Amino acid sequence: MKQENNLTRGKVTGVIANLVMVDVDGPVSQNEICYIKLDDVKLMAEIIKVFEKRAYVQVFESTRGLKVGTEVEFSRGMLEVTLGPGILSKNYDGLQHNLNTMDGVFLKRGDYTAALDSEKKWEFKPLAKEGDSVVAGDWLGEVNENEQPHKIMVPFKFEGKYKVKSVIKAGEYNINETIAVLLDSKNKEVPVTMVQKWPVKIPIKSYKNKPRPFKLLETGVRTMDTLNPIVEGGTGFIPGPFGSGKTVLQHAISKQAEADIVVVAACGERANEVVEIFAEFPEIEDPRTGRKLMERTTIIANTSNMPVASREASVYTAMTLSEYYRAMGLKVLMLADSTSRWAQALREMSNRMEELPGPDAFPMDLPAIISNFYSRAGFVNLNNGESGSITFIGTVSPAGGNLKEPVTESTKKAARCFYALSQQRADSKRYPAIDPIDSYSKYIEYPELQEYLKENVAEDWVENVLKIKNILIRGKEASEQINILGDDGVPVGYHIDFWKSEVIDFVILQQDAFDPIDRSCPINRQKYMLEKVLDVYDTGFEFESFDEVNPYFKRIINEFKQMNYSKFESDEFKRHEKELYKIIDEKKTA
Amino acid sequence: METKAFQKIYTKITQITKATCSLNAEGVGYEELASVNGRLAQVVKIQGQNVTLQVFGGTEGIPSNAEVTFYGRPPTLKVSEELAGRFFNSFGMPIDGGPEVEGEEREIGGPSVNPVRRKQPSELIATGIAGIDLNNTLVTGQKIPFFADPDQPFNQVMAMVALRAKCNKIILGGMGLTNDDYLYFKNVFDNAGALDRIVSFVNTTEDPPVERLLVPDMALTAAEYFAVDNNEDVLVLLTDMTLYADALSIVSNRMDQIPSKDSMPGSLYSDLAKIYEKAVQFPEGGSITIIAVTTLSGGDITHAIPDNTGYITEGQLFLRRDTEIGKVIVDPFRSLSRLKQLVIGKKTREDHPQVMNTAVRLYADAANARTKLENGFDLTDYDERTLNFAKEYSEKLLAIDVNIDTVTMMKTGWELFGKHFTPAEVGIREEFVEKYWPKQE
Repeated sequence: MKQENNLTRGKVTGVIANLVMVDVDGPVSQNEICYIKLDDVKLMAEIIKVFEKRAYVQVFESTRGLKVGTEVEFSRGMLEVTLGPGILSKNYDGLQHNLNTMDGVFLKRGDYTAALDSEKKWEFKPLAKEGDSVVAGDWLGEVNENEQPHKIMVPFKFEGKYKVKSVIKAGEYNINETIAVLLDSKNKEVPVTMVQKWPVKIPIKSYKNKPRPFKLLETGVRTMDTLNPIVEGGTGFIPGPFGSGKTVLQHAISKQAEADIVVVAACGERANEVVEIFAEFPEIEDPRTGRKLMERTTIIANTSNMPVASREASVYTAMTLSEYYRAMGLKVLMLADSTSRWAQALREMSNRMEELPGPDAFPMDLPAIISNFYSRAGFVNLNNGESGSITFIGTVSPAGGNLKEPVTESTKKAARCFYALSQQRADSKRYPAIDPIDSYSKYIEYPELQEYLKENVAEDWVENVLKIKNILIRGKEASEQINILGDDGVPVGYHIDFWKSEVIDFVILQQDAFDPIDRSCPINRQKYMLEKVLDVYDTGFEFESFDEVNPYFKRIINEFKQMNYSKFESDEFKRHEKELYKIIDEKKTA
Repeated sequence: METKAFQKIYTKITQITKATCSLNAEGVGYEELASVNGRLAQVVKIQGQNVTLQVFGGTEGIPSNAEVTFYGRPPTLKVSEELAGRFFNSFGMPIDGGPEVEGEEREIGGPSVNPVRRKQPSELIATGIAGIDLNNTLVTGQKIPFFADPDQPFNQVMAMVALRAKCNKIILGGMGLTNDDYLYFKNVFDNAGALDRIVSFVNTTEDPPVERLLVPDMALTAAEYFAVDNNEDVLVLLTDMTLYADALSIVSNRMDQIPSKDSMPGSLYSDLAKIYEKAVQFPEGGSITIIAVTTLSGGDITHAIPDNTGYITEGQLFLRRDTEIGKVIVDPFRSLSRLKQLVIGKKTREDHPQVMNTAVRLYADAANARTKLENGFDLTDYDERTLNFAKEYSEKLLAIDVNIDTVTMMKTGWELFGKHFTPAEVGIREEFVEKYWPKQE
C-alpha cells in the first residue's frame, strides 16, 4: 500500500482529439489514471506513453474546450474495476460506471456513477473460520446474489499467506462493512470487506492451475455444438461481413448457453442492439433455472458513439468481471461484439501518437494484444479444489468482408474455434450462416474432449461428426460438378450425394433463431437428429432420372424440418418421423 | 457572427496547407471556433503554443499575416421554432434571404444518448413504396442509407419518402449537393406545400468541401431540438455521406495522419457512428430517424465508406434499374432493414412476414430461371411462371413509383401468388392461405 500524499500533478500542453499531452512534476507510470480538471468536471484519462517529463494520456471523454495549462491530477493507480456483490443485472459503461443511475437522457462528461450499491444489505454466510490459513482468492464467505452463490474472497491484491483472525457471523451487511479480519505474516490485522478493486489490464491469477479444457459447453446451436463444439473455458470467434447475422448468433448464444454467468461487452456497436438486450433479457426466462436471463447477465455497453478510449477499456472491464466470477467456481460466458471496434480504437490512438503503423494502419503489436487478451479465458482449478471457467467468444467485423485483414488474422492465431459467417449462406437465408467447411474447432481434436463426448453423448459421436463434415465436402464437390456439366451431364449419383449433404444443411446446420422450439436444441436432441440424418445417408436410393432426386429429397427435408419445429418426442414429432421413414422406403434399394 | 470587443487578434501564421493553418496562440480551447481573415475555422490540434486550425472555407489566398481571432466557443446553432421552413449554409447562416434565427444557442455535435435511456423503436414509417414498406420496412429511430451509384435517382426517392412519411419535421443536410439538386429539393418541398416543416442545411458543390464537415452536426442539433424539446418525430435526410467522408480524408491528410484502408482516416468508423447513432427513439415520444445516401463507385460495397457505414446503420436500401420493366426498383435481394422485425406482422397485418419472404423467394427462383435461359438451358413450366410472376411483382410492387398502403401491398402479393402458382408451390402457412388466397371467380 502506498502513501496518498505527494500525488503527481501536471499541466496540459497539447490536445489532438482525445490524445492529450501533459507535462508532469513527478513520477508517473504507464497506464496510470489521471483526472483533467476542465471547468467544474474531472475528465478521466489513462497514460499510454511517457517521454521524459511529458505524459501522453488518452481521455475517456470528449476533449472539447480543453486548454493548454489545464491542471491534471494523477492517481497512482491503474484503471480498476470494483468487485463485489451486485454486479449481476447491471448495465455499465466501458469504465464500469452504472448507466442506470446517471442523470438525464444524454451522457454527461465526468458523470462517474458508482459501480455497486453501497446501501444494499446482503445476506452473508461465513465459509472460513478462525485460524484458517488463506491466500488471495480463497473464499471467506458467501452472499446470495440473484440466487447465485457469490463468494466473498480474500482480495486478489493480497500477497503471501494470511491467517483468519475472525469472520463475522451470518447476517445482513452492506458491502463496506468489515466481514473478516486477517493477520498477515507480521501478525498485522487487515480488515476485509465484501468489495475489492483490481486493475483491468492485469489478469487475476488466484487459481492453482489452468488445465486444457475438456467439457463441452452447450450453446443449443446445432452447427456449433455438433460440428464445431466450444468447451467450458474455450475461446472462439465469429467473423462475418455486415448482414451475415453475427449479432443474432451472439444473442442466441448469450440466451441459451449453459453458463452460470454471462458477461456481454457491447463494444463499439449499434446502440439499438444493446437496447434489444435491455428490453428482452429482463423478460426472457432461462429454461434451466426458470429465472429471468437478466439475473445472470451483466452488460458492458460502450456503443459506437461513446468515447473511443473507453471502448478500448470496455473489453478489459468485461474480462476482469468474468475473472472475478470464475474465481468463485462459476461457469462464465463472455461475449464481445465486436473486437474489431476495439482494435480500431487502438488504431485511432496509435495513429494520433504518430507511431509507425503496421498493416492497414493498425498498431504493430495488435496480434500480441489480441492473443494476450484471449489467453485470459480458460478453465481453472481453484486452490480449494473447485473449478471455474471463462468461455470467450468474440465477433470480428472484417473490413469489406475480407478475412485476410489484420484483426481476423491475429484473432485466428489466438482463438481455438473459428465460426466463419459466409455472405453466400446469409444471402440464401441459410441461418445461422456459419460456413460448415471453412469453420473449425480445435477442441474436437483434444483427446480430453473426445473422451468426454464419448462418455456423455455417444460412443461413436466424434466419428459421426467427422463423417458429417466429409459428407458436406462431398456434397459441395458434387454441386460444383453439376453446375459445370449441367444436370444431365453427370451421373444420378452426383445428385444424390448433393442432396444428402443438403439434408444435413437443412436439418442440422440451419436453425430458426426466432422459432420458440427450434432456436435451442439440447445435445441429446442433436444426437437423435444426427443419427436420423446419418440413417438417410447410409440408405441407398434408386432413381430413374435426375429430375426425381430434387423433389424427393425436398419431401424428406420437409419432414425433418417439421420434426425440428415440434417438441422433442411429442406425438407430432413422432408422426413426422414415421412419415419420414415412409418416404425413405419409397425409393430405398433393397 | 461578429467579433467581440477586446478580442486578441493574432497576425502571424506559421504554416499554411490546403485545408489548415497553424499559428502561435494562448488560452485556446480544443474544437473552438476561430476566424481567419473572416473565414471560419476550428481548432483541431493544440501543441503547446502551436494551434492548428481547420479552415472551412479553404486556405486559398490566406496570407501569412492573416488576422486570426478566436470565439471562445465551439460551433453553435441557434434553435427555436423559427428554424422551420428555412434554408441555411453549413454555418447555420440563412441563405434564403430571410433574417437570422433568434433562439437558444446550442453547441453542435453534443453528447450521446445514454443507451439505457433509449426506447426500442416500434413505430412504422409508411412511405407507400412497397419495395420499402413491404420488404424493408422503416421504423422511427432507425438509421438507414441508400447505397446507390451516382446516376441513380436517390435524391428523388429520398424526397418522396420524406414527403410521404408522417413526421413532424424533415431536416435536410445536403453535402456537396449540386446546385440543381438543391433547387430540386427546394421546389419539391415548396410544391408539396411542406416548406413549413422543413429545415435545410446545405453545402453545395460551389462551396468549399471542408465546410461539409459541419452539416450533419448542424442538422442533428436542429433535429435534437425538435425531438427532445418538442417531442416531435423528426426525419433527417443526409446526402451525400460519401462526400462527407471525402472531406474527412482531406483534413486528416493535410494533418499528416496515417491513412488506413482506401485513404480514409483510421477514425472513419467512429466519425460516422457519431452521426448515425444520433438516430434514436426518445422515452418521451420524440424520435430522430436518419435516411442517408452513400454513393458507391461502380457498386463496390467493400470500399471503406459503404463498408463502415454498413456496420453502423440498421440496414441499407439498394436501387436498381429493372430492364424488364424499364423502371427503377428497390432491389429486394441486397436491401435490408434490420428493424423491420419490430413492426412487421405486429403493426401491420399478420401475414406480412410470410408474404414478404415468399415473394422474395419466388423472385429469386425467377432469377435462377433467367440464368438458365441465358445459359441456353430449357425452361420448365414452373420457370416460365416464375418469370411472369417476377415481371408483375417488379411492376406492381418493387417499382419506386408505387404508392399504396401496406394492406393493398399484401393483397397485391396474394393476387400474384394466386395468378401464377398453386398454394403448395408458395408454401405459406395453411391458416393464411385459407384466409387470404384469392377466391376463384
